[in-house]
Amino acid sequence: MHVTRDFSHYVRSAGEGIKHIDLAVEGVHCAGCMAKIERGLSVIPDVTLARVNLTDRRVALEWKAGTLDPSRFIDRLEELGYKAYPFETESAEVAEVAESRFLLRCLGVAAFATMNVMMLSIPVWSGNVSDMLPEQRDFFHWLSALIALPAAAYAGQPFFRSAWRALSNKTTNMDVPISIGVILALGMSVVETIHHAEHAYFDAAIMLLTFLLVGRFLDQNMRRRTRAVAGNLAALKAETAARFVGPDEISQVPVAAINPGDVVLLRPGERCAVDGTVIEGRSEIDQSLITGETLYVTAEQGTPVYAGSMNISGTLRVRVSAASEATLLAEITRLLDNALQARSRYMRLSDRASRLYAPVVHATALITILGWVIAGASWHDAIVTGVAVLIITCPCALGLAIPTVQTVASGAMFKSGVLLNSGDAIERLAEADHVIFDKTGTLTLPDLEVMNAADIPADIFELAGRLALSSHHPVAAAVAQAAGARSPIVGAVEEAGQGVRAVADGIEIRLGRPSFCGAEALVGGATLDPEASVVAFSKGAEKFILSVRQGLRPDAQAVIAALKARGIGIEILSGDREPAVKAAAHALSIPEWRAGVTPADKIARIEELKRRGARVLMVGDGMNDAPSLAAAHVSMSPISAAHLSQATADLVFLGRPLAPVVAAIDSARKALHLMRQNLWLAIGYNVLAVPVAISGVVTPLIAAAAMSGSSILVMLNSLRARSASREIV
Amino acid sequence: MEILVILVPLALMLGGAGLVAFLWSLRSGQYDDLDGAAWRAIADDEPPQEAPVKR
Repeated sequence: MHVTRDFSHYVRSAGEGIKHIDLAVEGVHCAGCMAKIERGLSVIPDVTLARVNLTDRRVALEWKAGTLDPSRFIDRLEELGYKAYPFETESAEVAEVAESRFLLRCLGVAAFATMNVMMLSIPVWSGNVSDMLPEQRDFFHWLSALIALPAAAYAGQPFFRSAWRALSNKTTNMDVPISIGVILALGMSVVETIHHAEHAYFDAAIMLLTFLLVGRFLDQNMRRRTRAVAGNLAALKAETAARFVGPDEISQVPVAAINPGDVVLLRPGERCAVDGTVIEGRSEIDQSLITGETLYVTAEQGTPVYAGSMNISGTLRVRVSAASEATLLAEITRLLDNALQARSRYMRLSDRASRLYAPVVHATALITILGWVIAGASWHDAIVTGVAVLIITCPCALGLAIPTVQTVASGAMFKSGVLLNSGDAIERLAEADHVIFDKTGTLTLPDLEVMNAADIPADIFELAGRLALSSHHPVAAAVAQAAGARSPIVGAVEEAGQGVRAVADGIEIRLGRPSFCGAEALVGGATLDPEASVVAFSKGAEKFILSVRQGLRPDAQAVIAALKARGIGIEILSGDREPAVKAAAHALSIPEWRAGVTPADKIARIEELKRRGARVLMVGDGMNDAPSLAAAHVSMSPISAAHLSQATADLVFLGRPLAPVVAAIDSARKALHLMRQNLWLAIGYNVLAVPVAISGVVTPLIAAAAMSGSSILVMLNSLRARSASREIV
Repeated sequence: MEILVILVPLALMLGGAGLVAFLWSLRSGQYDDLDGAAWRAIADDEPPQEAPVKR
């Protein structure tokens, strides 16, 4: 059967006769990789552009349209030692990038305006105590207005829009006091300038916007970065399917290009990327990613298969019922929607702070005005003092307190192998006091391991491994990997659903079902793990059995102990059979476990814990975990998780160890501590500055110094989140 | 103080030029890959060719 790779879905036109493709590349870390890749690709004839983006781990390629096939680039990168996958930008990521650029533009405008207004303000401040003529001062004030007013109108847009949205929804957020403060400060300054007054606050208003935009931009950049990583992960999973393009011709195409009604081929050892019905063939399929059940299910004509199932033994033809986006069980979708709605009710720390903050600030300003009027001051002076209070209390440090910590902490988590999917995940993770683990694929590794390798003579095991290379069966792949086999045995024959056989040194060797190798007697006699798959190996008359199963993650025990040491409750909820779950729970000494749990049961258990006041961290990977991941207070998934679970989880961790779970909790706790500290610093500054403002002696110089001082203090404090401890136990 | 007539427009122009330069650099994608840009500055222009060693 002829197989071609079809990347036309990802190729787009970039001008006359030029084609463009974006590839996500695994393993690009340094400047060396960057140079190597760019040179390696540029030598291909007709390539006009090869540029690596080290931040996003991507390569942009352009070439003259014609004979060059994009799959050539992937082969070339493979030769250079990098795995690359074509990449399609999600619409969510496009929006994040656009927003990020807009904020940077606003920040640029505000920063340049601040510098120029400051340049005009300093002569005024020094002139006020020396010999500046009032006309000169007015002139400088008018110049400041000329710069500050248009700059504020442009750079303030993110705040004004958000404040307007909040007000029209009859709520309030941090942007409402910011917008009111900026507009009042600018308005009052214009009025004061018209009346030839001594003080104008153009510098304070525009500087406030600059500092706040720094915070906003950091926040946005973190989100953009997580989006980019999530996009790469989706591409690296390389969800492709073998679609029939003719009666006997198949083409490897991305899932996005598959339509309902297409027929795809599912070979042994392949993971199904679509939902559909088997129309031809007979096989066993592993649905553990969907149900958590590790026993194989028989698939034959008419059996529905879901995206995420692994085909084990035979080749299947599947008619697609729903492709990529719609690949879900109705029940899971419904549960997921409900759970997600519940979670969106969480109120972020910054919103909670601003909800308390805004009324207090506005009341203080009002009381100041009334107080001065009662004390006999003119309305004009009283209002000027009131506005000064608003300017000095504008939540400049408050706006930086949380985003700066988040940015620094997410960078630290990134280094320890944890990616953030949502911005407020850090706050929620820090509050978690009860962890629910799924078993299959979470506590255990997603791939299979040979459990009794030590009991088998090394030369026999190696031979078995080499023979296993000739089979597509996942169990065989595990044997080959465990034996470290490289060279397959020439002339090995695979018998579908039975095993592989070959002749080595004149002796027949076989690997496969115990019956295929004539080793049934051994299976009956041995006491084996109930959840292990058994495969037999025979060399002439010598017979051996191998027990293959999903092993626990190497550091699972240490991680569980570390969580216990932190006073966090632990339990296992699994969709798998009782003996399997019991064994895992016993090995990890977790007293609380439930087996055979359905997605709805998992949610019920989480709700029960919630009612008792626990904040649940759900760690799971299967599609059956997706609703409970959404229902939990905060959730984590391993990188090997089902697509849907990964999209639902707040955090994703990489690699084989489970340690990132603890590392993430530690970083999050530290970050939350720093966020609270920052908020207190910001409030402390206000407590000191507000009496000065109320007393009416604040000058623009004091406002500017206090504002930048508190902002810098908060930023420096945030940097402490970088040194998150890497020790776990 | 007549010097202000020259200095003030000059200062505003310089500030404006800085802003235009920033916006141009933003538009031309110079902030898209900050990690990579940091390394490119010190990278060699040409690959170290396997040139015959001269003694």
